[in-house]
Amino acid sequence: MTKVTFVGTDGSETVLDVPPGTSFMQVAVSAGLAGIVAECGGAAMCATCHVYIDPADSDKLAPISTIENEMLAATASERRANSRLSCQLQGHPDLSSIRVHLPETQV
Amino acid sequence: MDQRIVIVGASQAGLQTAVTLRQRGHAGQITMIGSEPHTPYQRPPLSKAFLTSMAAPESLALRLPDFYRENRIELIRGETVDRIDTGRSVIMTVSGREFAYERLALTVGAMPRRLDVPGHDVRGVLYLRDIGDALLMRELLPKAADVVVVGGGFIGLEAAAVCAKAGKRVTVVEASSRLLGRTVGSTMSRFFLDAHRKRGVSFRFETGVAEIAQDRGTVAGVRLTDGSLLPAEIVIVGIGAIPRTELAAQAGLGTAAGGILVDRFATTSDAHIVAAGDCAMGPHPMAPERLIRLESVQNATDQAKVAAATLLGGHEPYAGVPWFWSDQGDIKLQIAGITTNSDEFEVSGSFDSEQLTVSHFSGGVLTGVECVNRPSDYMRARRALGEALQGRALAVRQPAALETAPAS
Ligand SMILES: Cc1cc2nc3c(=O)[nH]c(=O)nc-3n(C[C@H](O)[C@H](O)[C@H](O)COP(=O)(O)OP(=O)(O)OC[C@H]3O[C@@H](n4cnc5c(N)ncnc54)[C@H](O)[C@@H]3O)c2cc1C
Ligand code: FES
Repeated sequence: MTKVTFVGTDGSETVLDVPPGTSFMQVAVSAGLAGIVAECGGAAMCATCHVYIDPADSDKLAPISTIENEMLAATASERRANSRLSCQLQGHPDLSSIRVHLPETQV
Repeated sequence: MDQRIVIVGASQAGLQTAVTLRQRGHAGQITMIGSEPHTPYQRPPLSKAFLTSMAAPESLALRLPDFYRENRIELIRGETVDRIDTGRSVIMTVSGREFAYERLALTVGAMPRRLDVPGHDVRGVLYLRDIGDALLMRELLPKAADVVVVGGGFIGLEAAAVCAKAGKRVTVVEASSRLLGRTVGSTMSRFFLDAHRKRGVSFRFETGVAEIAQDRGTVAGVRLTDGSLLPAEIVIVGIGAIPRTELAAQAGLGTAAGGILVDRFATTSDAHIVAAGDCAMGPHPMAPERLIRLESVQNATDQAKVAAATLLGGHEPYAGVPWFWSDQGDIKLQIAGITTNSDEFEVSGSFDSEQLTVSHFSGGVLTGVECVNRPSDYMRARRALGEALQGRALAVRQPAALETAPAS
């Protein structure tokens, strides 16, 4: 299980358990987290599941794929160096916890 | 806000209906009944990477299992509804269960058009619609050397790309003279023909399938109408989908060959019943001259949101910009708007770079874009189309067929 802390733009925190093989996005929408829209259902095709990885945790994730990288060019909120698509991030036994920040808007 | 709502069909559109009902504060009972044994899942990966990956079926789930309990959505799986009694406001399932409703949503989707030739039911003839189909293909693919894909549409070409990448000899058989003919313009058709050929896929145009040749009960090849025989251990059939209209027709709702008829609020000819997603056909502000039925995640979710609002007594016309994507191997196609009724188009980028945008116009106004590996172009156009559409949604008329359909 990976503990993912989603930090809202107002500073509010939601901590969710992400099982291995399940994406951060799947868990977030299942929990009804309003800051993740995920229009395409997880195909890296809509960029509405955008998150910013907390700088302190930036080295905890596998590198970005080409598709994810290209799609991040189309986010509604500013793309930053720590931008990721949460549908492409999965829980992993080696990843115990991580903090991600929600963007201003997804659409 | 406490009516008893029943949803028939537990997939993209059914789930979104339930989600939106709860998000908007519906407190009453929600029962969602689906034929499949799974919780609602995404279908797009079934013709793409999932076919050669080790990913578990659960990775496709649209919501985790707890979601249904936490949101008090009664999910009944493996149960097929075969009758609606609009007089008594009950639905009946094949196994004999009855469910009473005050409001009903039909989100029954579409089913693959079947190949109707000798040998069509031999082992190795595959359709890609459900998880079960994809798992069967995963099982058969490693042992196959030759694959024939019948139909040069999205699903067929996506599967062809996956098979070619896995080292199979792949031939696509297409009855018309070009690929993706129903959904993209001719420039994109040519681009994809080129791109798939470069990746080793062969094509046979303007020919049909006469027969599936077999050897001891499994596929041995495909006999074409021109008499030639293509060897194959697997035949993937992607020749379109047929909306499921039987249930609605049996209940006396207005239907057409193209789907269950709905108005811009997703209401059927029965004011208590809505329909959304692949099964529904209705007006869209971007195609004011005709009724349309779209097969896409966008349409299933956006129309389901409209349907949910209607179930709660609202009047919010369907105004979502159509958008769609297709992963053909490493090529990403994204479409926004409607690109099949344009009178003018403009191309930027090039075939060689495999980065291409075709913008379509009608009477000088942008109606849609087709983008290959250009997500920013796609997103910019999608936003522009969305802004242009605001306001126009209110101007569409009702389908005439609905006004004359028997109300029950
Ligand atoms: C292989 C494949 C690839 C695709 N790729 C893409 C893509 O890349 N991008 C994109 O935008 N779209 C894609 N689509 C289309 C998209 O998946 C569909 O538009 C979407 O699933 C439609 O959702 P729906 O809920 O309307 O219908 P469906 O998903 O068809 O669901 C209908 C459900 O209702 C159930 N049902 C039917 N009748 C009954 C009954 N009488 N009683 C109980 N249950 C019933 C069915 O079993 C089914 O589970 C793809 C589809 C397929 C099959
Ligand atoms: S859910 Fe669409 S890109 Fe992640």
